[in-house]
Amino acid sequence: MAKVPVQFTLNGSEKAEFIDSGTTLLNALRDKVGDTSPKGGCHQGTCGACSVIIDGELRLSCLTLAETCNGTAITTTSGLAEGGVLQPLQRAFLDTFATQCGFCTPGMIMAAKVLLDHTPNPSRDEVVEALSGNICRCTGYEPIIQAVLTAARANSQNAA
Amino acid sequence: MALALQTFATVKDANAALKAQGTRYLGGGTLVVRAANEGDVSVSGLVRSTDPALSAIAVAGGKARIGASVTMAAIARHPGLAILAKAARAVGGPAIRNMATVGGNLFAPAPYGDFAVALLALDATVGTEDGETPIGTFLAGRDRSRAIVTSVSFTLPKTDGFRFLKVSRVKPKGVSVLSIAAVVEQAADGTVSSARIALGCMADRPLRAKAAEKALLGRTLDPDGIAAALTAATEGIAPITDPIASAWYRAEVLPVHLGRLLLS
Repeated sequence: MAKVPVQFTLNGSEKAEFIDSGTTLLNALRDKVGDTSPKGGCHQGTCGACSVIIDGELRLSCLTLAETCNGTAITTTSGLAEGGVLQPLQRAFLDTFATQCGFCTPGMIMAAKVLLDHTPNPSRDEVVEALSGNICRCTGYEPIIQAVLTAARANSQNAA
Repeated sequence: MALALQTFATVKDANAALKAQGTRYLGGGTLVVRAANEGDVSVSGLVRSTDPALSAIAVAGGKARIGASVTMAAIARHPGLAILAKAARAVGGPAIRNMATVGGNLFAPAPYGDFAVALLALDATVGTEDGETPIGTFLAGRDRSRAIVTSVSFTLPKTDGFRFLKVSRVKPKGVSVLSIAAVVEQAADGTVSSARIALGCMADRPLRAKAAEKALLGRTLDPDGIAAALTAATEGIAPITDPIASAWYRAEVLPVHLGRLLLS
């Protein structure tokens, strides 16, 4: 089958690949580009482990075809740390023990990042709503909710 | 198996390409890519159209026209469609709502398709290149439908005239036990002058509760007034059984939830 070209910005750097038509963005990112931070969980749109941010919107990379992302700007969790220094959101996940097996974490962080980008000081209900498409089987969610609220407080203190 | 995706600028060209066997239309991907990921080998090719009209929302003169590619998130945040925000937010989690389209929701099998339940209660019409079809007729024939849906149109109900309820076991996001949408108009004396009630999960696709609608006419919205409608609500239903709930359970709780919605 003929390959199709795709070109997008991933975490600030230009990427161009030839892929099989119909390849999901998840597979293109993991197998072609080499960014394994989005995880393949259910491949059904149920678990949220593959969540990425495309042009500022949270999307599921397992249900998105890579060739529909031409010209977009994609953010994944692997693009957050700068020079090995974790972002406050990532640091908060570690500090509050919001990561156990870690499989859901990149998706959780993407969902939380979109929330904090639009709502720097969310209520607990807003955090729960923002994470509602992401499943975690380890933590019972409470540490994750606390991590996002902690990161929000840290952000607002830095801004003040 | 790889899927070949063809992208067309116009709906007309996409409709022509969709005639090939094994092709399906790609909207937000939450149904068709999901099916392909699950191993549905009947899907071998995907077709989509980037026609900007498919993504337009027009609200004017008490009527709304929503392009088929408009997402649930776009409906939920549109100021002219505030009355439908609850129904749009009932679909999936935040990421799914950024992807799932109003056109796709018309094809979502139960227990999905909560927004289509709202559209059925609103007496929407479904637009294709062949013209407009009443939503009830469209839903009944959706398995054989090949023309790309381009829009849904409906008259906006009065603010207090539209009611919507989705019941799920997990909050805030969970698969439907059932969903109910109702457009109820009352005369000056408080009696019901017209009622349209649509049910989700009570068949493989959204269903009108016609017997309950009839039983509401001329009655008032109080426990005595709605009693006959609640008894009639289960007439003609064939609820689905899935890991969320059995058909028996869904039938048992339908009158309870319909009662709460009508009295709310």
